[in-house]
Amino acid sequence: MTEEHPASAYDMGHTVEAENLATFAVLVDNEPGVLHRVVGLFAARGYNIDSLTVAETDRNAHTSRITIVTRGTPHVLAQIEAQLEKLVSTRHVQNVTRDPNGAERELALIKVAGSGPERVEALRLAEIFRAKVIDTTIVSFIFELTGAPAKIDKFLELMRPLGLVEVSRTGVLSIERGESIL
Amino acid sequence: MTALPALDLAQAADAAEIMTGAQMVVRALVDQGVTDLFGYPGGAVLPIYDALFHEPRLHHVLVRHEQGATHAAEGYARSTGKPGVVLVTSGPGATNAVTGIVDALMDSIPLVVITGQVPTHLIGTDAFQECDTVGITRSCTKHSYLVKDVADLAHVLHEAFRIATRGRPGPVVVDIPKDVQFASGLYVPPDKARAGHDYRPRMDGDPARIAEAHALIAGARRPLLYTGGGVINAGPDASGALRRLAALTGAPVTSTLMGLGAFPADDPAWLGMVGMHGTFEANHAMHDCDVMIAVGTRFDDRVTGRLDAFSPGSKKIHIDIDPSSIGKIVRTDVAIVGDAGRVLAALGEAWKRGRGGPARADLKAWWEQIDIWRSRRCLAYAPSASVIKPQQAVERLYALTRDRDVYITTEVGQHQMWAAQFYHFQSPNRWMTSGGLGTMGYGLPAAIGVQTAHPGALVIDIAGDASVQMTIQEMSTAIQYDLPIKVFILNNQWMGMVRQWQQLLHGERYSHSYSASMPDFVKLAEAYGAVGLRAEDPADLDGLIEVMIDTPRPVIFDCRVERAENCFPMIPSGKAHNEMMLGDEPRDLGAAIDAGGRGLV
Repeated sequence: MTEEHPASAYDMGHTVEAENLATFAVLVDNEPGVLHRVVGLFAARGYNIDSLTVAETDRNAHTSRITIVTRGTPHVLAQIEAQLEKLVSTRHVQNVTRDPNGAERELALIKVAGSGPERVEALRLAEIFRAKVIDTTIVSFIFELTGAPAKIDKFLELMRPLGLVEVSRTGVLSIERGESIL
Repeated sequence: MTALPALDLAQAADAAEIMTGAQMVVRALVDQGVTDLFGYPGGAVLPIYDALFHEPRLHHVLVRHEQGATHAAEGYARSTGKPGVVLVTSGPGATNAVTGIVDALMDSIPLVVITGQVPTHLIGTDAFQECDTVGITRSCTKHSYLVKDVADLAHVLHEAFRIATRGRPGPVVVDIPKDVQFASGLYVPPDKARAGHDYRPRMDGDPARIAEAHALIAGARRPLLYTGGGVINAGPDASGALRRLAALTGAPVTSTLMGLGAFPADDPAWLGMVGMHGTFEANHAMHDCDVMIAVGTRFDDRVTGRLDAFSPGSKKIHIDIDPSSIGKIVRTDVAIVGDAGRVLAALGEAWKRGRGGPARADLKAWWEQIDIWRSRRCLAYAPSASVIKPQQAVERLYALTRDRDVYITTEVGQHQMWAAQFYHFQSPNRWMTSGGLGTMGYGLPAAIGVQTAHPGALVIDIAGDASVQMTIQEMSTAIQYDLPIKVFILNNQWMGMVRQWQQLLHGERYSHSYSASMPDFVKLAEAYGAVGLRAEDPADLDGLIEVMIDTPRPVIFDCRVERAENCFPMIPSGKAHNEMMLGDEPRDLGAAIDAGGRGLV
């Protein structure tokens, strides 16, 4: 059994092949149920969704932009792209992972509770990460942090021993650098 | 009722007319060239049925179950190349239609399914006969709509026809709440309708890829054309282009179950069907070819068998209108996205322009090898003087009907495979079968759809005794509309394919695959007002088939066949194309499939 040719179509999901993270930017017609079509496609074909963001981006053109972070083998990622393209509601799909020009950002709201030296240390680290304090009580902070997903992961890791109690993340947004558009 | 702004009325006065949503549905069908539709009324579509009452240009066929409507529309579409139209009510009407909608999606059949819905103000309240039709059908349609405003209705209906028929065809659901059917609005004809979606499938192949494909084929010593349902869907011109390309290149041709008829079975280049129950020569040619030209086909698991041993030495050219089919299962060397007919024609033109290509003589060794495989006579079976063999029944049916204007539908199972092996087709659109979904109960309503489209033709459902009982109620439809379909049942009193797999894979433990309490099909035919015939003796078979053909009314033909006959050749699950089981080989059936193969379907 080689990686590219499993013994049967039924074994395709069982082959051990390196999975990569990928980010797809999908421009869709903004109509009722369009998100369900995209999410349903992922569920029906057994693809993962690591994060998903969606919002209308052009009111006049009735388009929404969906950014999906998923994972899979190169073969699966190519299928995901083709299947997304196939949806009638889809206008354009781009795998922005492999695009060195892609800029990725995520926003997180992070609640840290505690007092004493941990509280001071949390505030100090937040300054290093350029996180904003958007709410505070005498026993808690809420930080707002924007950045690449890896930066947010790193910040959360540092906050964990300092009283991290709750996280809300937007999921990844992406856009291409330079003048070209999706 | 929707109030109409005066400005809109003035602007649209020339191009449009004011009518109710229900009248728009009927009008849009007429303007789309629809002449026949299949349906079943109910509370949430009564306004549309009322509008239908006043429309003599539309012939409505009342089925007995909504599944029958969808399969009839599939048969209609497959045999005409036109979209099939279904009209059903909300709730159970829509859910009963789902099997046929999935079937149409899997086999790429263009359907427009119009479903009634509860009034918009009741949506989401669990109203009587409410279901989330668009939600339920989202994953089994090419596209779907819930029309909440009568102003959108005509646009949506016209777009539904466009999306169902263009590109890779498929089913489109239009769900229309009852208040939208009653509301008045402006009707917009097809040429004035706006496109809600930018749907433009690529039709012409990339010339650079076509040139690459041409070079590969020209250098091939063991080429093979492997064609599928996409060639049928691309229209009769595509079948013509396939025939010309085969003649130009000298390549042999095989096809999937869905592709039968695109290439004439009496052509010397025809190898028969490929796959699990395909011919020895077709499967060996797939395994040993050096250039495979796959056209309008999707490398289904019933075709490929074991993937790591699938045609290991070949370069693969894949032509398909659906980019997601290319590279999905099998790695492709040359991918050409486009309409099968147009790409085949372009390849033929490239061949004519190019200098030579291989002389026919260069393929001599390949054809000699094919003749060796053919001489294995893989479809041979042992006839009997006392009992009708199912293969013999189909063989005789073919011999006695081949010169007529004949259309064949099937149910799903052994009889379907015997029909594919022993009934031969010379032209496309003559063969209607449920390939992808494998829906038992498809054939009888599909035959009703075919006969509706072709009133003078001989339409035969080659059926199994178990399958046919899933939609037998549609005999009543055939009687009502004087549709003289012939239901030719290969009756072995088993779910034959289930029994065969239990014999091969499950130690001959025949768990719930025997049909006890079989109805008397002759009396059943008579109860419906049809003609019942029964054949038990091989000596009577021809005469009774002749009687069936000459009966100008619906017939149920109860053909009692050998009960334990297995369908061969067979590529056991998990085996390669060159590891076929043949019917005349002594074997330990239980050992034919290993543990890995048992896990597969």
